[in-house]
Amino acid sequence: MSGPAGAPGNGRAASRAARARERWGVHGRGQHERDNQAGPPAAADGGTGPGAAGHGPRRGGRRGEQLMVPRAQPDSYYGKPVLKVPVWRLRDVGGYLFMGGLAGASGVLAGCAQLAGHGRLARTAKVGAAGAIAVSGVALVADLGRPERFLNMLRMIKPSSPMSVGTWVITAFGGAAGAAAASAVTGRLPRAGAVATAGTTVLGPVVCTYTAALLCDTAVPAWHDAHREMPYLFAGSAAAAAGGLGMLAGPAGEAGPAVRFALLGAATEITAKSLLLRRLGDIAEPYQHGRPGRLMELAELLTSAGLAGAVLGGHSRVATRLAGAALLASSALTRLGIFEAGQVSAADPKYTVGPQRERLNRRRAEQQEAGVT
Amino acid sequence: MSTQPAKRPVPPAAQRPAFDPAAAAGYGEHPPRVGFFTDTSVCIGCKACEVACKEWNHVPEDGLNLLGMSYDNTGGLGASTWRHVAFIEQIARPGDAPRDAAGSTAFSADGSRWLMASNVCKHCTESACLDVCPTGALMRTEFGTVVVQSDVCNGCGYCISACPFGVIDRREGDGRAWKCTLCYDRLGAGQEPACAKACPTQSIQFGPVDELRERARLRVTELQAAGESGAQLYLDDPADGIGGGGAFFLLLDEPEVYGLPPDPVVTTRDLPRMWRHVATAAVGLLAGGLAAALSRRTGA
Repeated sequence: MSGPAGAPGNGRAASRAARARERWGVHGRGQHERDNQAGPPAAADGGTGPGAAGHGPRRGGRRGEQLMVPRAQPDSYYGKPVLKVPVWRLRDVGGYLFMGGLAGASGVLAGCAQLAGHGRLARTAKVGAAGAIAVSGVALVADLGRPERFLNMLRMIKPSSPMSVGTWVITAFGGAAGAAAASAVTGRLPRAGAVATAGTTVLGPVVCTYTAALLCDTAVPAWHDAHREMPYLFAGSAAAAAGGLGMLAGPAGEAGPAVRFALLGAATEITAKSLLLRRLGDIAEPYQHGRPGRLMELAELLTSAGLAGAVLGGHSRVATRLAGAALLASSALTRLGIFEAGQVSAADPKYTVGPQRERLNRRRAEQQEAGVT
Repeated sequence: MSTQPAKRPVPPAAQRPAFDPAAAAGYGEHPPRVGFFTDTSVCIGCKACEVACKEWNHVPEDGLNLLGMSYDNTGGLGASTWRHVAFIEQIARPGDAPRDAAGSTAFSADGSRWLMASNVCKHCTESACLDVCPTGALMRTEFGTVVVQSDVCNGCGYCISACPFGVIDRREGDGRAWKCTLCYDRLGAGQEPACAKACPTQSIQFGPVDELRERARLRVTELQAAGESGAQLYLDDPADGIGGGGAFFLLLDEPEVYGLPPDPVVTTRDLPRMWRHVATAAVGLLAGGLAAALSRRTGA
């Protein structure tokens, strides 16, 4: 199986997975190395015989922890994915992760800049927030299987569904951002504009971070298992993007807050990402290899360039603008990379089966040990 | 490395009253929870379940292909495949039990065996698709099953990413998500689902879940006593990661051999923790914005 490109399969899902593997260059452990002979995972690593595997020499004060269970060899049904690859499109939902973050963090920057008396920077951020949230809304509706039914999202508020919560939050944020931008640009209704700006400042952070729950509250291994770090990564990436926009399009004299916001954001993003990759172990693979890996790598380069430009550029307008553009692009690539990495991890059964099998074997070994003693 | 299963005190099965998903969903007086027990040890791979399901539910054709996967030319569950029969050809390894006199499905004299299993939506007790559905299109029925209301679904696709079994999918050209309804219409009329009705070997058994669980335990004990050492129940345990399936299985090998996840956990168990991190990150972002704007206010 895993035949030629577009191999016949179960309608859409199979071809989606096949396409995914081809596009992302995932090898999926050959087809069927062991021709489906699973059985109890034998002690594959030399040295310990099958008998020794269960009750290995645990006591004895050897270095660190002894591996109680032989490393699982993930098996699968003809190499087919266990999960369905998410139907969300990269352009729409991957793009939304970036645009939504840009909008939310721009809403925050707008309010904070306003508060600090940087009116012109605030205006740039307000326009940015309104534009980005408008694009986000269009992308999200376009991604629905039945776009004409998008209002069904507003039938209920469901805390168990991040998409439901998010719909309400971005609807409210969109209204506030539009009003704030309109007031700032036209100069009319300043008091209503101030209220709207306060709204974007309060709702903006949620717009930036709820998308982490949206992705992580799925069965997709690379997303779900990253749920501890993802909100911080997204918050950082969003702040870097909004700061970057302020640096790129904002007034020359008021770049300070935008630069500091971007620096804080980029630092948070880098920290969260490295923690995430370290904790995930094998599941982090899709973030580091193939096309998503390249996207993330390029994003890192751009972040470094942006940071260097922001810090070393000093009062050079050109350097600040270039640095801002680099940070914006970096945020976009990071989001696209994370989105694709999730799809890769869903398309290959080893990311689903491997960790679950190890967890199950570990639990069984623990139970057995508890039963013995 | 990956997330640990939620550690929560689980009383022994005997003391614990069975969790009733229909009651939890707000149904007052309601019929008992029903489901499937699929005993794969007697499946003969006739695919009558696949055909009966398609016919009764008017599920459209979704590809006439030769997949090169033994006799499986269906591929897997999807928007237009609500029952799927898997075919697995195995060669025995040293130590595997040979076929015994009673004709159990262990390996035959030539050292091979054929596993067949009819897969279906698990109608989970803790159902991720239902939890994440933003429109309420996915709902719990009075029978404790999980059904998509096609007149409400707007095709957002969240359920598809959330299902730990890869069951539900979006139908091309239609845009909405579809899956097994456990023949909700037939249940309402006091009939059993079409697949169970059509199964000639009683591999697919329909009934109240409590009763099916008991039957399954008896059957697996019987098989193990007969030397079928790989026989195991899958998703029958209310203490597992999905709170037990409304549809569960007797398998002759590990779940992953059949394309099933060995230890699925409903993603929404971690959602409260996710929301806490989201809230912390959001507060941090706001604080960062304030710090960035207000620091060096005079100096800048």
